[in-house]
Amino acid sequence: MLDLMTGNAAAAKGAMLARVEVIAAYPITPQTSISEKLAEMVANNEIAAKYIKVESEHSAMAALIGASYVGARTFTATSSQGLALMHENLYWAAGARRPIVMPVVSRALGPPWNIWTDHMDVMGERDTGWMQFFCENNQETLDLILIAYRVAEDKEVMLPAMIIEDGFILSHTFEKVDVPAIEEVDFFLHPFNPDVKVNFRKPRRYGSLVMPDWAMEFRYNNYLAMEKAKKKFLEAGVAFKKAFGRDYGDLVELYRCEDADVALIVAGSAAGTAKVAADRMRERGRKVGVAKLRVFRPFPTEEMLRLGEVVRTIGVFDRSYTYGQGGAIYGEVRNALFPLAPDVRVKGYIGGLGGRDVTEAEFEKMYDDLLMIARNGSMQKDVEWVALKDGSWRW
Amino acid sequence: METYRDLPQSTYSLQTTESVRTGTWRTFRPVIDTKKCTRCYTCWKFCPDLSVDVKEEGDFPKVDLDHCKGCGICANECPTGAITMLREDTIC
Repeated sequence: MLDLMTGNAAAAKGAMLARVEVIAAYPITPQTSISEKLAEMVANNEIAAKYIKVESEHSAMAALIGASYVGARTFTATSSQGLALMHENLYWAAGARRPIVMPVVSRALGPPWNIWTDHMDVMGERDTGWMQFFCENNQETLDLILIAYRVAEDKEVMLPAMIIEDGFILSHTFEKVDVPAIEEVDFFLHPFNPDVKVNFRKPRRYGSLVMPDWAMEFRYNNYLAMEKAKKKFLEAGVAFKKAFGRDYGDLVELYRCEDADVALIVAGSAAGTAKVAADRMRERGRKVGVAKLRVFRPFPTEEMLRLGEVVRTIGVFDRSYTYGQGGAIYGEVRNALFPLAPDVRVKGYIGGLGGRDVTEAEFEKMYDDLLMIARNGSMQKDVEWVALKDGSWRW
Repeated sequence: METYRDLPQSTYSLQTTESVRTGTWRTFRPVIDTKKCTRCYTCWKFCPDLSVDVKEEGDFPKVDLDHCKGCGICANECPTGAITMLREDTIC
């Protein structure tokens, strides 16, 4: 059924359709309306879930880890400082193999205090062992929650997943969303039924100590599960398309890349803007494309290599900065390409921090810059801040 | 177990935490003065390690010394000051 809703309403709807059983959440802008909407649904008996009011995001995650051990399908949502406060328990959830699904409504970390979107919060948690899926629009937000549960709860995966929804740009903007019927979702997503569940008659200790002789092997298994998730995501995409007609069959969605001279890798809502910019460049005869990074964890190394075979000059647009070599995605893309495709030129662009608008015109300038690099075969700067007020008026 | 393939997905132990004798970590031991104790069980309520035992209502609380880590919260919370924390090495 077609409906008009915000990204946060779509996220809450996704949780409802997934028949989540335990919700624990703490309010934070711009996430709050997800947990409010779910609290309302629980109060109105629209959803048979237990809603745990907690005193912090750290406790929210702790409560869900416990609930997931008991065998419940668990859900929470957070943003920015709240996600940062969860940090320790994010490792716990992943290490304990609890398939919790959590929309992260991305928001800058302060100071300077700022409630608008960027991906610094998300990238701060990229190494916690969670899967990370980026949404371009509200439809994708709802759909990826369903896909995420299916992948996360797969017995060969059993890892938690973050659904990244850009603050305000998606979370508070109304868009058309096709809401599937819950009976159809039941066919796509079966109840959570883990092999090991807490049995209160036979009390045991969970998450117990592992000595140095085996701890590394547990970590290795987390790595294997993450790799396995790639295949499971693709399979879930096929099943999803069959059930609902929408295609999420790729970790990286390629848009007009097949004959492109240059391409921009973009994650999140800005990918839509980049597609419009690519269309305009195409109208002027410039062969450019967009590689939309849907899945950042597990990292789609093979997809990047395939892209590098077709497109020899690649730009990476990051809505984050790592205080290292450029943005988080840029570093990963270069890492993936360099050993096997060292001749692919990769340039990083940092932009849209703290909710700064990222415009079509800026993407067109990035494309012009990349086309010049492709022509000259070299670049002057490997990382550049887009639309920075540095007095150069370059943008 | 020989390789990572033999491991369970996540760790659990077949026993509960009761099998871990955390009492050996203790430096200060809570000692209850039954003359001052009013059996309000505030200590039982506050103990973060479930190490204050009350078998039946009306009994004086007893400290489970196999698990009490000696944090002193009970002594701090006791409304009548009936609990004293004594250094283990001063107790014969």
